[in-house]
Amino acid sequence: MASQDITPVGKDSAKVSLLNDPKFRGYIFQAVAVLVIAGLVYWMVNNTIANLQRANLASGFGFLDGRSGFDISSSPYLAYSSDSTYLQALWVGILNTLTVAFAGIITATIIGFIIGIGRLSHNWLIRKICTVYVEVFRNIPPLLVIFFWYSGVLSVLPQARQSISLPFNTFLNNRGFFFPAPVFGEGAWLAGVGLLVGIAGTFFVRRWAYKRQMATGQQFPVGWTSLGLIVGLPVLALAIKGFPLSFDYPVLGAFNLKGGSQVGPEFMSLFLALSFYTAAFIAEIVRAGIRGVGKGQSEAAHALGLRAGPTTRLVVVPQAMRIIIPPLTSQYLNLTKNSSLAVAIGYPDLVAVGGTILNQTNRSIEVVTIWLVVYLSISVLTSLFMNWFNAKMALVER
Amino acid sequence: MAFDSCVNGRHIGPFFRGAWGAIRQYDFSSVGTMGINLKGQIVMKNLVLKGALAASALVLLANAASAATLDDVKKKGFLQCGVNTGLPGFASPNDKGEWSGFDVDYCRAVAAAVFGDPTKVKYTPLSAKDRLPALQSGEIDVLIRNTTWTLSRDEQGFDFTGVNYYDGQGFMINSKKLSGINSALQLSGASVCVQAGTTTELNLADYFKANKMEYNPVVFEKVEEVNAAYDSGRCDAYTTDQSGLYAYRLALTAPDDHIVLPEIISKEPLGPVVRQGDQQWADIIRWTHYALLTAEELGITKANVEELAKGDSPEVKRVLGQEAGTKLGTDLGLTNDWVVNIVKAVGNYGEIFDKNLGSGSPLKIARGINAQWSKGGLQYAMPIR
Ligand SMILES: N[C@@H](CCC(=O)N[C@@H](CS)C(=O)NCC(=O)O)C(=O)O
Repeated sequence: MASQDITPVGKDSAKVSLLNDPKFRGYIFQAVAVLVIAGLVYWMVNNTIANLQRANLASGFGFLDGRSGFDISSSPYLAYSSDSTYLQALWVGILNTLTVAFAGIITATIIGFIIGIGRLSHNWLIRKICTVYVEVFRNIPPLLVIFFWYSGVLSVLPQARQSISLPFNTFLNNRGFFFPAPVFGEGAWLAGVGLLVGIAGTFFVRRWAYKRQMATGQQFPVGWTSLGLIVGLPVLALAIKGFPLSFDYPVLGAFNLKGGSQVGPEFMSLFLALSFYTAAFIAEIVRAGIRGVGKGQSEAAHALGLRAGPTTRLVVVPQAMRIIIPPLTSQYLNLTKNSSLAVAIGYPDLVAVGGTILNQTNRSIEVVTIWLVVYLSISVLTSLFMNWFNAKMALVER
Repeated sequence: MAFDSCVNGRHIGPFFRGAWGAIRQYDFSSVGTMGINLKGQIVMKNLVLKGALAASALVLLANAASAATLDDVKKKGFLQCGVNTGLPGFASPNDKGEWSGFDVDYCRAVAAAVFGDPTKVKYTPLSAKDRLPALQSGEIDVLIRNTTWTLSRDEQGFDFTGVNYYDGQGFMINSKKLSGINSALQLSGASVCVQAGTTTELNLADYFKANKMEYNPVVFEKVEEVNAAYDSGRCDAYTTDQSGLYAYRLALTAPDDHIVLPEIISKEPLGPVVRQGDQQWADIIRWTHYALLTAEELGITKANVEELAKGDSPEVKRVLGQEAGTKLGTDLGLTNDWVVNIVKAVGNYGEIFDKNLGSGSPLKIARGINAQWSKGGLQYAMPIR
């Protein structure tokens, strides 16, 4: 009615506007949504528990103390045998997952930065090659990339007897890559001390050089000095002790090369595939990050007399990093999760080992729970670290 | 429950039919997605999504295992039989997707006993890893897939109903590449290909440990991957049940280069499995096996079963349900002519063996310990009376 339309501001109008108040309605809708979701979760949890109990499915994690009874092909950090427990087997799987994820992240980042910067190169050929790389790897499912390395490249390498020998007593055959293992003799600890001193020295040299440059404008070759310290001191230490270091070389045994250290084709193909695959995405992120830095920034740097190298290193990249890091985090998480494709080529990662345990013990609920918790923890930790890194790189107002 | 169809629905995506053998086995429709796969397990391709949906998966997991399997099967109108993904002689599909093999004939025998029609079977191919969860979740009615009867499996909520094939684990090597080797005891230092989630994997560890030998296990989840790895020379030896070795040998690039070593390192009694807690259904599977054996003992064959049913040997008549007032079949929940239906459909035990594994097959496996007890073997049927 017309008279209501012109009701002056008062108690009545406040009542009406409460229902029409978008904020109030927003609260109502959110409350309803929360209730619905909570009800759904409650129903699911309840139903699950009832069903599991009926089927005698869930029975706790006590079984993890049992003897595993199976062997695992690759356990670089822990002494594992079929006499170890299921829990130890899981640890081997977790460490293998972490190893391949960590190694993959490092390599993917390096390749990704090279390709990403290459895509912005002034050189036509480099630019095109990098574009082709990105388009190829970005558009193939990671599983296929893994198979490409495993079935297409590594399994067609020669047999042990015809191993390809490479420099420094390293060998390559269809059982993996073999290299001499260092055997440290008495007194080799001094080399470790040398290394620590070298690292500490580098730290101080950097600080000193920075201060000096700030004060006098003079530069100091920090890179070379650091390298000299980190490599030189341990070598010097070894020399003092008369080189207490020998190598265990791989030699041909009855079936395969024996001795030395070895990286199996399963690890290699997974590592290479994850690195190459994820690098394509990282390259795009890097390109976008660099593009995101205003042209004026490098022009200003040039105007100040900085050459191309320092301009990129000191002006463009630090600013680009702020754009790069958040999406980079997602790629790291993706790589870690994609490492679960290991199961397809028999690399004993968390999923593969867990799968075996699941099957031998028939504890599906427990094993699935462990999988979820472990991957979630790895992802959360990675995110936390990257957030910290991001905060550190963020623009600091002075 | 509304979600039933998710568990029992067939989620077999289009298989990638490429030239690349190993790749072919992957179901690309599920890469990067989360779902319940055809075995009622969680597809583990993308772990984050997996996390998000795991809870709902758990809800679905346990509801299908109802007690009266026979009624369920009759209501459905077919038997859902869990078989191997492809083990020539035991269960393998041909180009047209028709299944055949020793275990498959057991599925058909059960269908014949229940429906009088051996074609009323649907097959669920299951890897070593997926087979028992599939049975547990109720996705299949019975698992007939070279599965070893062990105490722990028996105690995990399953029931083995008999042993349709007595097997043992062995090793196969490429005798051309490893010419000096003629015993498994010479395998110290070898890389051995083995499938995950099998008793094989455990026996292997025990055997090398007991003999103080070293080895490097190369473990895959899918048998195609194991085969491909062995064929490409990734491993020196292949270990599994001996019957499996003979079957896979024929699929290698050059079968004649490969020999099966004489050692048998374990007992592998293979038999059908059902969920625990359904006596009637377990009895039907158990007595189907005995019916096949009894038919062989009494000389009842696919060819002569109908004629013998009209004959006058009291024992044969009893077994074939022709005895006046007999209730043997109906007491089991079937019809009284169930044995006739079985034998008419698939033949007797001996016929099934010969056709799929023995002289009538490329495998040419001898009856050995799988002969009738009266011929020095271990196969012994309880009397049908
Ligand atoms: N009898 C053993 C092994 C049975 C088994 O799974 N054998 C392998 C190799 S012969 C197989 O059939 N694999 C086929 C598949 O997983 O698809 C057991 O029950 O654990």
